[in-house]
Amino acid sequence: MSLLPSKPPPGPFRREFWRSPLRGPWLSSVLGTALLPLILICALTGFASHAAYFTELGGNSVTGPGSLGFDLYFFDWPTRPSWIYAFTQSLHVISGLAAIPILLAKLWSAMPKLFEWPPVRSPAHTLDRLSLALLVGGSIFVFFTGVFNIQNWYPWGFSFVSAHYYGAFVFLAALGLHLVTKVPVALRAFRERGVIAPLRADARHTVAEPGREGTTAPVAPGPVSISRRGLLATIGGGSLGLALLGLGQSVGGPLRELAFLAPRGGSSGEGPNGFPVNKTAAAAGIRPELTGPQWRLRLSGARRLELSRERLLALPLATESLPIACVEGWSTTQEWTGVPLAELARLAGIETETIATVSSIQRGGSFSQATLSSGQVADRRSLLALRVNGADLSPDHGFPARVIVPGAPGVHCTKWVESISFEEEA
Amino acid sequence: MTTVVPRDGFRARYGEGPLHLLAVIAMLAVAGYALLEVADRPAPLSFALWFAGAIVAHDLIAFPFYSLLAKIAGGASAAAGDRGRRALNFIRVPAILSGLALIVWFPFILGLSSETYENASGRSTDPFLGRWLALTAALFAISALLYALCLRTDPDR
Repeated sequence: MSLLPSKPPPGPFRREFWRSPLRGPWLSSVLGTALLPLILICALTGFASHAAYFTELGGNSVTGPGSLGFDLYFFDWPTRPSWIYAFTQSLHVISGLAAIPILLAKLWSAMPKLFEWPPVRSPAHTLDRLSLALLVGGSIFVFFTGVFNIQNWYPWGFSFVSAHYYGAFVFLAALGLHLVTKVPVALRAFRERGVIAPLRADARHTVAEPGREGTTAPVAPGPVSISRRGLLATIGGGSLGLALLGLGQSVGGPLRELAFLAPRGGSSGEGPNGFPVNKTAAAAGIRPELTGPQWRLRLSGARRLELSRERLLALPLATESLPIACVEGWSTTQEWTGVPLAELARLAGIETETIATVSSIQRGGSFSQATLSSGQVADRRSLLALRVNGADLSPDHGFPARVIVPGAPGVHCTKWVESISFEEEA
Repeated sequence: MTTVVPRDGFRARYGEGPLHLLAVIAMLAVAGYALLEVADRPAPLSFALWFAGAIVAHDLIAFPFYSLLAKIAGGASAAAGDRGRRALNFIRVPAILSGLALIVWFPFILGLSSETYENASGRSTDPFLGRWLALTAALFAISALLYALCLRTDPDR
């Protein structure tokens, strides 16, 4: 510390370098206060999604088991209401998208802190700065890995799910410490300047916050070119705009047209099978000869049997209106017709509670197999669907047969089903 | 009788109260746990690089870059006199909104994930560039309209 000159070098290390008259504790506090609920919603719905995958069953865990030997979940993900995963996961993606403009504005407002002089003042200050590196890196990392995932862009070597999940732990831990140190600062700023009072000033009446020692407020403010409310309205408009553009692909209907930059906005073609696809038959290597008349569903439980599609269609069928909800935040509700999974379990000779491991004709891929919980199998609305909206499933939607489970993540609704194995829960 | 306690000895040496240190230790414990989990999985080095890269990309690339753009816009508007000064926000605001859409959706807009997206959805990334340009054009058109209205209602502010 003593090796460094006490006077900061020229450039951003000097406070006169930072001239925006809007920066200061009040602005940072307002942005932080707006950001916090979005981050909390995003975090809670993210952990909810982890629970919805029943990672303790079969090969469901994409991240692999944690070294703690347990997952921090104390409840079974429900099948009611059937739109629960569509709801929580849309909320996850939309709150995440809406947070990005506020996050970037928050980082802008705090930027002078990166160039504090002297760079380290005390052990506490050093640890604070280290935690800020985790906070800034963690926030950008978690939000942008999420944003890249919904666009199917994977320019890195790690597994998205593990990195996004464990990156969130790092980010949230650093955020917790940030709250401990900054909530008093925010409360003080609101006490001194009011929560909304500074928003009353137009550009002509906007004055800089006092450039006190240790704050981001400018010591030599430049001319005011936009009011605080103008800046916040711009950021809020960006946030709302991104949320609306995301909302269309969850709500569907005419709103889907509004999601013109989102992965499943707009139309997915006409007819009973004209709704969004996750993984095409071609991409999954589903050749027509694998799904033709010689296709059989293999069931195993107390006994083994094979059923042709005709045999399945001759069983008592149920029709349910259920959503497919993707982890990427889009969803679509359709009318599915098929055999209840509970009925198939009975045919396989299982009369008690049972979990089901469903395998696809698809080889490889993270989700060519999924294990459903006993609650999911027992729900009479969980189907091996053969038809959708009154027509046979199209190849892209899983012909000859696919699973549809209320409230489950889309990738657990296995397409191109080859076999279902029922067993008692371990 | 008073005992002499070194006043705030801990605070003097550490720089904050003990509660701060406890919070730091709790934070490092959680973050450390997560990093150990990451180290156990494929490509931990890639994770570390992308995590550090996120800081560099924001603090040392994106921030200086958009600050420079803002400075150029501010300079140009000031040089254009009174009208220029009034026009500044009518340029900055749509530029910020268009920029936000770009920063979030650039993998689609630039077609970086065209193959994986087509495999997933059966769709092409081709339309996204045009849609973003149309959004940008609409934002600037609305802004220009508002600017014209503003000049008309209050010509010599």
